[in-house]
Amino acid sequence: MSIIKLTPEEQATKLEAVLSKYKGQGQKALMSTLQQAQEIYGYLPLPVQRKVADALDVSVANVYGVISFYSFFSLKPKGEYAFNVCLGTACYVKGSQALLDKIEESLGIKSGDVTEDTKFSISSCRCVGACGLAPVLLVNDDVYGRLTPDEIPAIIAKYKEEANV
Amino acid sequence: MSNYRAHVLVCCGTGCTSSNSHIIMENFSKFVAEKGLEKEIDVVKTGCFGLCAEGPIVVIYPEGTMYYRCTPEDVEEIVNEHLVKGRKVERLLKTGNPDSNPTDFYSKQMRIALRNCGRINPDKIEEYIAHDGYQALCKIFSTKRDPAEIISEIKESGLRGRGGGGFPTGMKWDFAAKVQNDTKYVCCNADEGDPGAFMDRSILEGDPHTIIEAMTIAGYCIGAHQGYVYVRAEYPIAVERLSAAIDQAREHGFIGQNIFNSGFDFDLDIRLGAGAFVCGEETALMRSIEGKRGNPTPRPPFPAVKGLFGKPTILNNVETYANIPVILNKGAKWFASVGTEKSKGTKVFALGGKVNNVGLLEIPMGTTVREIVFDIGGGIPDGKKFKAVQTGGPSGGCIPASLLDTAIDYDNLVAVGSMMGSGGMIVMDEDTCMVDIAKFFLEFTVDESCGKCAPCRIGTKRMYEILTRITDGTGTLDDLQALEDVAVSLKNGSLCALGQTAANPILSTMKHFRDEYVEHVVDKKCRCGVCKDLLQYSIIKDSCIGCGMCSKVCPADAITRTDYIAPGKKLAAFEIDPSKCVKCGACMETCKFKAIVKK
Repeated sequence: MSIIKLTPEEQATKLEAVLSKYKGQGQKALMSTLQQAQEIYGYLPLPVQRKVADALDVSVANVYGVISFYSFFSLKPKGEYAFNVCLGTACYVKGSQALLDKIEESLGIKSGDVTEDTKFSISSCRCVGACGLAPVLLVNDDVYGRLTPDEIPAIIAKYKEEANV
Repeated sequence: MSNYRAHVLVCCGTGCTSSNSHIIMENFSKFVAEKGLEKEIDVVKTGCFGLCAEGPIVVIYPEGTMYYRCTPEDVEEIVNEHLVKGRKVERLLKTGNPDSNPTDFYSKQMRIALRNCGRINPDKIEEYIAHDGYQALCKIFSTKRDPAEIISEIKESGLRGRGGGGFPTGMKWDFAAKVQNDTKYVCCNADEGDPGAFMDRSILEGDPHTIIEAMTIAGYCIGAHQGYVYVRAEYPIAVERLSAAIDQAREHGFIGQNIFNSGFDFDLDIRLGAGAFVCGEETALMRSIEGKRGNPTPRPPFPAVKGLFGKPTILNNVETYANIPVILNKGAKWFASVGTEKSKGTKVFALGGKVNNVGLLEIPMGTTVREIVFDIGGGIPDGKKFKAVQTGGPSGGCIPASLLDTAIDYDNLVAVGSMMGSGGMIVMDEDTCMVDIAKFFLEFTVDESCGKCAPCRIGTKRMYEILTRITDGTGTLDDLQALEDVAVSLKNGSLCALGQTAANPILSTMKHFRDEYVEHVVDKKCRCGVCKDLLQYSIIKDSCIGCGMCSKVCPADAITRTDYIAPGKKLAAFEIDPSKCVKCGACMETCKFKAIVKK
């Protein structure tokens, strides 16, 4: 499954709808607005931050401050296929660091980065709560559990085929 | 209402949903309908059954048959055999792991907070009502009970905060109730940030109405008319079920205006977190609900006096709330009869790591760590040796084998250098390096420190750097002393609990596993083979046939041929120059003769 891409016009219309809902509500609506804006764009580039700041009547610095504080908000776009390795304690004890190393090696990028063609990105997270399946890898919404590093190349190959790379 | 002859309960918690239980659910509905049995058999979506390692789990009543590790493809067979012909599907009765024993898993548990998880459909308010739901709330209004009297009953029950601190809940409510203010707030902390813990999520997913009922009662007790549930954005299923439950409660008049014609108004809203561990701290959480950076603020003033938007506020954790309706229904005396002298009731733990029965469990306070790991948890997989169990996440510590008989309660866990925490419990076996685990938690706190106060911002970073040195082989004995010194400053000088407890994983591992630290710095050895920089690759010359494959794949040209020809071999053996070796492991992967070892 890949993220459905919106055209820039569709993104702008959707953002307008969100902003009009929270217009003038100030700081207390900031988190909700940013969460919905990120759902539309996949990340929060500066132009979007400016629009949010104007609509809520708070400073851009304030908006940036909140974005940079919370790890859920991203200033960088994610890949079409976002690999997310759980580094929660239960997964870590069962070897999820080795999964992450293998994915980094196979895709040739580091955790937190996107491939040049924007097809793949890698990130890690703190516990998705599927500890019974540890160690766990998420690729967008697909969950892979009880993995070993040997299984990684086949998973990557599957998405490469899907993405026609 | 129609009567069904059988109920099929499918676990739709996050763990099982990750293994396609939602498709299993759809398939059951489809095949039951195909057989024309939809009037006889009810397919029910439930919350977590607890034994997550064996999921997805399907339970069929009235027999109570439990099927493990079901796949969507198994459903047709279960319908044809079990539901139509009355024959159990034998192969699914066995757990996937031969060492796991579900009977033991459940027999020592006592479910209060999890009472409805895996028993009712969280999407149907009627099922919650049928299990005594909203009864406590209704009774309060029908008997016009005095808020002060309810608070004293909560006090009498001995309930303490389940989020980690263990502060008496009744006292917290009392403080807020006594402050005069027209606007007050009730908040629920569902920002379960401790990695490897999923208790709160399971309650929200499996029994959301219990939180709504308890928060409404709390609102009535302190005189608040608005509540907020602060949930992690990473819990989409929990958020979806909770918001559906809030809507249903509003439709039924259990929250909203003039509840039960009492003239009391109370409403609830959800606020999503955005991935900041520090927001589990109460003052930081309130700043986050206000839409600001989640920086903690000094206490006093305590939230009961000046909390959310500057108003008196009480904040309790999900599990704490889940106990409230039961206390009021069964009485404080009953609740206080469970547990130890200073810790009453039960505690939910998320058991994970190197243990057979990974899952969610609830035990009476006073149960020993040994009972949890070996009886309920079914012991360590693959015949490995138990090393330690970690509780309290990044703020907690490790309990070694010598303390396995510690009876779990708030005070005992602190006495052994750990803490109750929110309930994550990770089991570690002989292959887990304790220095590496301490480093893992420190990396976490460095990431999550908000940066407001210097002891935490700088102290965690310095401790992480020292641990990095120790694990890459450049540490000294002085570093061990330095670690302890920084730890003390951090404990005394930090603004909030995140910093005050950040050194616990180090201090407890240093106390119980000091020999491993010394081994890392003096012998430059990691006995578990986890710290890569301390490993050395070498070639067993008598096993080497001299093919040279290793030398070809070595990216550092560290492998060269020697003069030695092993007995029975034709070519001279190779050797690795440790000063050139980059420890990539490529040679070991390539060697078909197992002549390369890592020690």
